[in-house]
Parts: sequence; structure tokens; C-alpha cells
Amino acid sequence: MATTITMPQLGETVTEGTVAQWLKKPGESVEKYEAFVEVSTDKVNAEVPAPVTGTLREVLVKEGETVATGTPIAIIDEVGAATQSNAHGTEPTQQVANAAAAPPKPSNGSTAHAAPAPQAAHTAPTPARHAELDIAGLEAALRMASPAVRKLAREHRIDIRALQGSGANGRVTAQDVLTAAQMGPAAAVGQAIAIGTNFGATGAPVMPPTHAKPPAGGTSTYGEPIPGTTIPLNQARRIIAQRMVESKHTAPHAWSMVEVDVTNLWKWRQREKDKFDHETGGLKLTMLPFFIRAVVESLAAFPLMNARFTDEGIYVNKDVNIGIAIGLATNLVVPVVKHADQLSIKGLAVASAQLIDKARRNKLGVDDLAGGTFTVNNNGSNGSIASAPIINGGQAGIVTMEAMVKRPVVTADDAIAIRSMMNVCLSLDHRVVDGYVASGFLADLKRRLEAMGPTGVL
Amino acid sequence: MAKTDTKGKKLERNGLSDEQLRAIFRNMLLQRQLDNRGFQLNRQGKIPFALGSEGHEALQAGAAMAFHRGKDLLAPYYRDLGLALGIGLTPYEILLSLFARAADHNGGRQFPNHYSSKAAGLMSFSSILAAHIPHAVGAAYAMKYRGERGRAVLVTCGDGTTSEGEWHESVNFASIHKLPIVFLVENNLWAISTPIEHQMGQPEIWKRAAGYGIPGHRFNGFDPIETYGNVNEALDRARSGGGPTLLEGMCYRFLAHSTDDNDMTYRTKEEVDAHRKDDPVPLFERVLLDHEIMSAADVEQLKRDVLRETNEATDRAEAMPYPTAADLYTHLYEGAWKPWQ
Amino acid sequence: MAVSSPTQTTQLMNNVDAVRATLYDAMKNDPRTVILGEDVGARGNVFLITKDFAKEFGPQRVIDTPIAEASIVGIAVGMAMEGLRPIAEIQFADFIYPAFNQIVGEAAKTRYRSNGEYTCPLVIRTPYGGGVRGALSHSVSIEALFYHVPGLKILAPAFPADVKGLLNAAIDDPDPVLFLEHKKTYRLIKGEVPDGHYTIPIGKANVLKEGTQLSVVSYGLYVHWALEAAQQLEAEGISVEVIDLRSIRPMDRTTILQSVEKTRKLLIVHEDNKFGGIGAEISAMVAEEALFSLDAPIRRHCAPDVPAMGYAEPLEHEYMSSPAKIADAMRELARF
Repeated sequence: MATTITMPQLGETVTEGTVAQWLKKPGESVEKYEAFVEVSTDKVNAEVPAPVTGTLREVLVKEGETVATGTPIAIIDEVGAATQSNAHGTEPTQQVANAAAAPPKPSNGSTAHAAPAPQAAHTAPTPARHAELDIAGLEAALRMASPAVRKLAREHRIDIRALQGSGANGRVTAQDVLTAAQMGPAAAVGQAIAIGTNFGATGAPVMPPTHAKPPAGGTSTYGEPIPGTTIPLNQARRIIAQRMVESKHTAPHAWSMVEVDVTNLWKWRQREKDKFDHETGGLKLTMLPFFIRAVVESLAAFPLMNARFTDEGIYVNKDVNIGIAIGLATNLVVPVVKHADQLSIKGLAVASAQLIDKARRNKLGVDDLAGGTFTVNNNGSNGSIASAPIINGGQAGIVTMEAMVKRPVVTADDAIAIRSMMNVCLSLDHRVVDGYVASGFLADLKRRLEAMGPTGVL
Repeated sequence: MAKTDTKGKKLERNGLSDEQLRAIFRNMLLQRQLDNRGFQLNRQGKIPFALGSEGHEALQAGAAMAFHRGKDLLAPYYRDLGLALGIGLTPYEILLSLFARAADHNGGRQFPNHYSSKAAGLMSFSSILAAHIPHAVGAAYAMKYRGERGRAVLVTCGDGTTSEGEWHESVNFASIHKLPIVFLVENNLWAISTPIEHQMGQPEIWKRAAGYGIPGHRFNGFDPIETYGNVNEALDRARSGGGPTLLEGMCYRFLAHSTDDNDMTYRTKEEVDAHRKDDPVPLFERVLLDHEIMSAADVEQLKRDVLRETNEATDRAEAMPYPTAADLYTHLYEGAWKPWQ
Repeated sequence: MAVSSPTQTTQLMNNVDAVRATLYDAMKNDPRTVILGEDVGARGNVFLITKDFAKEFGPQRVIDTPIAEASIVGIAVGMAMEGLRPIAEIQFADFIYPAFNQIVGEAAKTRYRSNGEYTCPLVIRTPYGGGVRGALSHSVSIEALFYHVPGLKILAPAFPADVKGLLNAAIDDPDPVLFLEHKKTYRLIKGEVPDGHYTIPIGKANVLKEGTQLSVVSYGLYVHWALEAAQQLEAEGISVEVIDLRSIRPMDRTTILQSVEKTRKLLIVHEDNKFGGIGAEISAMVAEEALFSLDAPIRRHCAPDVPAMGYAEPLEHEYMSSPAKIADAMRELARF
């Protein structure tokens, strides 16, 4: 069945769009939700995800051409059959079969993999007389994880992209996730998909576990290299790469860090979290909104941190729109809390939770991503105590909160106390601010955070 | 059976005493008053629905007088206000049902006029015509099965119901087993908008009795004494093991079927007015006065009493609470069951 | 299955015998019990379930009714309202439709509409199901038409011990119960049945076989086939859990959910048409309550949506499932 895709409307006032780049060629297969064309408007570049799985039959608009919203731009022939590839692109068929036949051995030696290996993951199942379900078609549509897989992956913080599926057509099953969970963090687990973790300065996905055998003979001479794997770039990866390079090559990055005693802040948060959960119908109160509140106040005191470099001069923003960096399974997004300076901590908590939720559900719109003037990143959930983030292009700095760690510290009166310490790191655009302003900003931020405690009001 | 006569001629009482005759008249007046009260409340916007029974007063009062309270069972239909009153239901109970209050026998769950009273021997029924007739037969079977002499089931319905298959199946079964049951058809010539000639090829329903091998009679349902005579004889037969009887009481439905019906769409005012001369209430009043069973003053007092009783019952019932939302969920099964255990 | 003390004696019998024995005990022990239906008296029921009952208990207790399904049930309703404990029989489930109003509009609503003043302790028994070359009017499954109705209970046991326990429960129940007997299992299925009077709670399913990889929920004839298929799959290394519903309304959600939480895959197998069959309600319930336990879509292995079932052998064969077809469905789901 042929499906016609039309030029989408990106942004409320937009009436036309330009085909920036075709990410697929006619004849290539495309999966539902996979980006197959990049479209740009005067505001933004956006990838358009395919509405169906199939083969791109024809492109109707050339790269660089501008058409009105609603104009047909491509035709996809919807197809039930899935390709053998997983989300990272093609893998050799025998590798999938090998993988299915020899599931990853748990590093602790337990035989946790209870499900017996199916004959071969890609064998088409014989349809039973009464089974009206097209498993091949379903498999394609269900390339996304089943509810059980999602839940288990979230609970065990496992990136299912990194797993070899033992289910039909390479599907990652619930059992696969459980098996991987038992293998522990040291082995075969890729980027965590938990929200707000490593912004990913490197941005590269972790390679799936290799089943390559060691060289035959076991000699120490290095002969022919065993072939690795090339994972083709998807559009998200491409854009991230492009923007990172741009930022680093444009803004001279300097870096600084302070240690912050968040013992009282933590107590405050602990005190408020259940009430907040109850009042908001289940939203979670993390350290993030407190952090943003402090950042926003420090930005008010150090307005040059809320600025950007232009050839005409340093443009100081009036608005304070705080971007929250969020690492997702297939993308890096920075949705923006607009007018963050006007929100209380509670307001920031609700706003940021909503954006994070939208990000998780892939529902962020162009307006959610636009207008940021400064960025924060909650980097600490994976244990990082220092990181050097890359500035979000067009801003003067980016600040991270690292892991909160209990440390013995020396107090004012030379005693030793156990305090909850959190490092706060700042990358700054040295064209806009120098160390004087930057360190002043950080010191101010530290002071504010250390002053937050249980007597505060959300 | 002798017909009711006017003054000067002998009154055939069929064994009824003066007191019983006055009780019959009172029942008829009360039925008419409550009937009207239903329509009044509907026109006032206080109740959404009412069903009239004007024209049936003599038939129902006469039949009720033959009913043995505490022994017999009544399986009526929704036009049997007079029968319900006649076997012991009170105006208050009737009005609770009209107002759909929680204290109603049905807890406000059923349409009004769907009387039910275990205590009085009035079997619960639904709005589905003829569905109650096999129930009546089943109950009669139970009586016979237990060897209970002196008990019978009086099951009533309108002419329209006799077209239903289950009416036939029920009379048939009762005839096979000689059950203690009387099938009383209240033929008021109209099944909502369908006159007799469009309901049946044989307009005399009592004649079907021969087809079932049971006795059948037709009588003047505007005459309560004649009604009593017929129903009493049939019930006695049933109670003493003589089996079922099919009775057809002729009357007329003076009003539309219900407050949702406009009878001028299918019959003429002239026809209705022509039948009004047979209105049993003023007719029987005449009989009682002519035969000096009641004085004019007695009659007026009785009418006032009936009105007062109706008013008191109305006020009392109206003041009662509705069922609550939680009441929706009770009495589905004996215990508290949900479809998923 | 009802398991009792070590001193409990049992007898091997088929489903017909189990129904008969249970009805016999009920007639013997409670004088309020009467049986009514077509050909139940002199003929002893077309499957000989009430053979010789009329002789022993008399024609007034074992009543041969005219051919009139609506009043078979209607009269039974009246008997029940007036204190008897009638067991009405509809000769074949295919004939039940004329009695639909009496079952759904009258029996099921008696207690509710009278706010508890009147009750209807009635059992309606009927043989259902196909595989006996019964064609379009002697093969139908009717549970989907009735399980929708509040006020009614519906049972469909598949094993003789369950037949006895649940029929006793139905007879004791103060509310109307539709008791479905799969006619193909009448003589085909044998099992040990405990002696003496016992009941099985209505609304409790039975886990016939435990497993870890997928859950199969079924009832009636097909639960036997599902068990057979599951045993075949066990030999292939696939561990299947088989649940016999036994009770259609109320249905045992706890057992179903516990199983789905364990295996994460659910296959519903029933002989009735797929669209709107009871598998639809189970699927909705599981999706509502255990979505995040599911590792695969819920599957329903059911009859095609055509009337049950053609008389010619290939037609019946195509309509009905089989242990092999069920096994295929299980394998497919296991592989997902």
C-alpha cells in the first residue's frame, strides 16, 4: 500500500518548508519512526520520521527545493516484511544467527539464560491455521520494545540497543533484558537510558558485545585484524556531531569547577519529595529544580553568563530560558524551560518534569527546543564527579551538577565532618566572559546552593 | 351471571355483602384518584412517567375481592393499580413507586406501576409483556407440586399480551398439568394503538379456551359484581384442583396508554366519549345509591376520605429520599459479586 | 480438581455420568428439586443423563415439557420465585434463543429489580459445542451471548470432577446459573470423581499445568487439546502453563494475572468465534491490568467468524481447532 508523505508544518506560523536533505534514497527501506528526510524552515531544521515501514518508492521534491506545507514530498510503499537490520543498520545475517545461537555468557558464570535458543532468529514461523496475526508485519511494527521489555530495561537501566535479541527476527525479549541485567554493569551494557544521565560529550553509542572468537592458534603475533562493525549514522547522530564540532570550533571553551556542600539542600529535598509527589499526582522532585533555581538567581547577578557572542557585540539576553540537557536512547535533546526566572522551585519542578516526560515520549515540539539562553545538565546520576561539557551553541556557558557523594570534609573550626558534596562544573565561552566573571558566577552559585535548606519554601 | 340493575330491580350480588360492595366501590374510587394523581404529578413535572388504568376499576376491584389474601398469588401487569390496591397494597406504596423512592418495594429501580410485594403475594414482573405469564404458571406448578389446596394464582394481562408466544405456551402448559391458575384477560380493546381487529383473527379471546381444553368465559368488566362472580368461580375451581380457567373481562381504556402516548393519533374523541357512558365508577355509584347501600352523604364522605388519603400518601412518599448512588450496586446476587473474581 | 482427604474414595466416570450422578443426588436430597425440559422424563434426556429418573422420582418431578423453550425457562423462573429449586434443560444450546428474554431479562434481573424481595435460584443446563458433525444447529457455543449479563453466572467445566463440584455449586446457588456441558466431552473425557457431596467455588480457575514461557487460558473441549499441545511442547523444550477457566462469569482474574506476570505471554484458546468471544474480555482485562508484564501481544486462537459449523467434514475441520493447531499457536507465541 503506497503512503504519501506531505511537507509537515513545523511551527505554528510556518507555511512552507525546504527539503534540506534526503536521508534515504528511492529503493531503500525505511522503518516507521525512522527519520528519512531532513526539512528546514526559517526557524529550524527538523527530521521527519516515516509514518510507516516500507520502501521509499519515490521522492517528489528535490533537495534545496521549497514547497508549501501539505505538499506531497515522497511516497513509501508500505511493506509487512522487516529487514534483518536492527536500529543501528545492517548486520550480517550470520552474525544475527550466531548471536541467537550463542547468547552472551554471563560474566559471573551463572546460567541465567533460561530461554532456549530458537532454531534461527530469522526463520519465518509457520502460521497456525487459526493464528490470524502476521508475525513478520507485527515484528516490524514492534521494533520498539514490548511493555515488559521497556519496564525491565528501565528498572535495570539497560540500553536494549546493546543487546542481541533472542526473540523472533532478533527481537529483544524480556528474558534477554533480565539476562543482561544479571551480567552486571561491567559487561555488555551500553549507555543508560535513564533521564538526565551522561550528556555524552563523546556522543558515540557503545558497540554491542562482540562474539568474535579469539584468533585461532592463540599466538601472540597480530595478524589480520578481525573486522569490527560500522554503525551508520542516523540523523540525530549526524546533527549532534555537526553541532558539537561547530560549538567547539567556534567558542573557545574554558572550564572551572567548585565543590558544593549540599547536605542541607538534600535534607530539604527529602522533606518535600513525598508531599510534592502527592500534590502533583506522581511527579518526582529531583535535585534539578533546586539547582535551576540557584542557577537562575546567579545568572541575575552575573548577566554576562546569560549572553552570547555576536560580531556586533555581546548580546545579553533579557529572558532567562534554561535548557535541560537530556540524553535519550537515540538522541540528545535540550528542551527549554522558558522564563525560568519567574518560576518557583515547585514551578521549575513541574515544568522540567513535563519536558522530560515529553522528551521520553518523543513528543517534544520545535517550540519546546527553541529559545534557550543557558543550559544545565544533571550529570551525576551515573556517578560522574567531574565533566567538561560542550556549550550549547549560541550560549555563554553550560553548568553541570555532578554526583552527590558523602565525603569527610574539614569544617570551619578544623574538625572533620561527613558532608554530602556535589561538584558543579562550568564550561564557558571565553569570548564572552573571562575567569573573573565565570568564577564569580560559580562562587555565587555555590553560595546559593549551600544556603538552601529545609527552612526554604519551594 | 346476572347483570347490574338499576333501582327497582333486584340486585344480583353474587354473594357479596353490603360491606364488600362498599369496599369494592372504595377500591374503584381510590384507583381512579391515584390514577389521576399520577398524571397530575407528571404534568407538574414531578415524575417523568405515569400509566393510566381508567376504565378498569370495576374489573380490578371485582377480581380483587375474589382474591384470598395470604394464600393466593397475583401475577399482574402494569395496568393493575386496582388489583394491587385490592389485594392490600397501600396508596403510600403506590406513590413510593411513582416517585421512585428508596423505600419503594423495588428500591426505585423499576418503572412506576411495576408493583411487587412478597408480603401481599404480588409477584415481581418486568415491562416485557407476557414474560410474567410463564412465571405465574411456574408458581402455580409449585403450589400443586406441594399439594397446597386452597391456593391459586391469578394472572392478568391485557388483550395485546395474548398475541405473545409465551402466553400460548403458558396456557398450554397450565392446561396439560391442570394447574391452579386463572388467566384473566382485561380486554380494553386497545393494545396501545392497535385495535382488536388488527391483533387477532378471532376477536373473542375467551373462545381460545376450547383450544386448550379448559373452561372459558367472557363477562362485562364494567360490572364489578359480575366480575367478582366470574373470577370467584374460576379461582375456586383452581383452588380445589379443577384446573385453569380463561376469563375475558370486557372494558375500555379511556385514557392514552401512558403519559408518553397521544391516543388522538389513532382513535377519535367521539369513540372515546361514546364509551364513557360505560364508565364503571359513576355507574356503580348509581347502583349503590339506587339500592341504598350507600347514601349520597356517605358517597361524598368517601370521596373526601379517598382524596385525603391520596394527598397524605403523596406528601409522605414525596418526602422520602431517593436511592443513593451506592444503592445501584446492591442485590445483584446474594453475595457481593463482580464479574472478575 | 477437588482433592480431599486420603480416605476419600473416587470413581472413574465420564462427563455424562458426572452430570447424571450430581442430578440424581440433588433429586434425592432435596424435595424442592425438579427437572424440566424436552424429553427428560420418559426418554431420560437425549444423552441418557436423566435415564430412569422419571421412574424413580415421578413425572411431577421430572417433567417432559412441550417444545417451548421460552416457557421452559419462564416456568422454571416462576417455580424458583415460588420456592422450588428447578433445573431446566435446553436440549441443545442452539435452541436457547427463544428463551433469551427469560434468561437475560427475567431470571437475571429478578433479584435486582425487586430490590432483593424476590430471588431466582435456577439452573439452566444445556449441551453446547461441536466436533460431533452437529452442523449449524447442534454445534454452537453460546457463552459469549450471555457472559455479558450482570445477574447471571455461567459455568463451563471440562473434567468430570469439576462437572460434579460446579453443578452442585450451581444447584446450591441462590441465583440463576447457566451450566454449559460440552457435548463432545460427554463420553470422551473420563476422570476420577470423588464420592459424596462437594462443591467447587464458582469463579475459580484451575491451573492444569504449570509453565514458564507462556500462559494458555481455555475451557471446554479445547482445554483438553490445549493440555495435549502443551505436553507436546514440553517435549520440545517449551514450557507452557495451561489454565482451565471452568467459570466464565464470574471469571478468575487473579489466576490469569498471576500467570501472565510469570510468563509474560498470553494465548487464549476457545472454540467460539473470535470477534466478541470471551477472549476479548480477557484480553482487555489483561491489557488494563498487566500491560507492563506483557512481552508479546495477547493472542487469541479462536474460531473464524462464520456460523458454527458446516456439516461437511472439511467444513467442520476447518472451523474447529485441534491439538496440532493449538500447538502451532503456542510455538509461534513462544518464539516471539
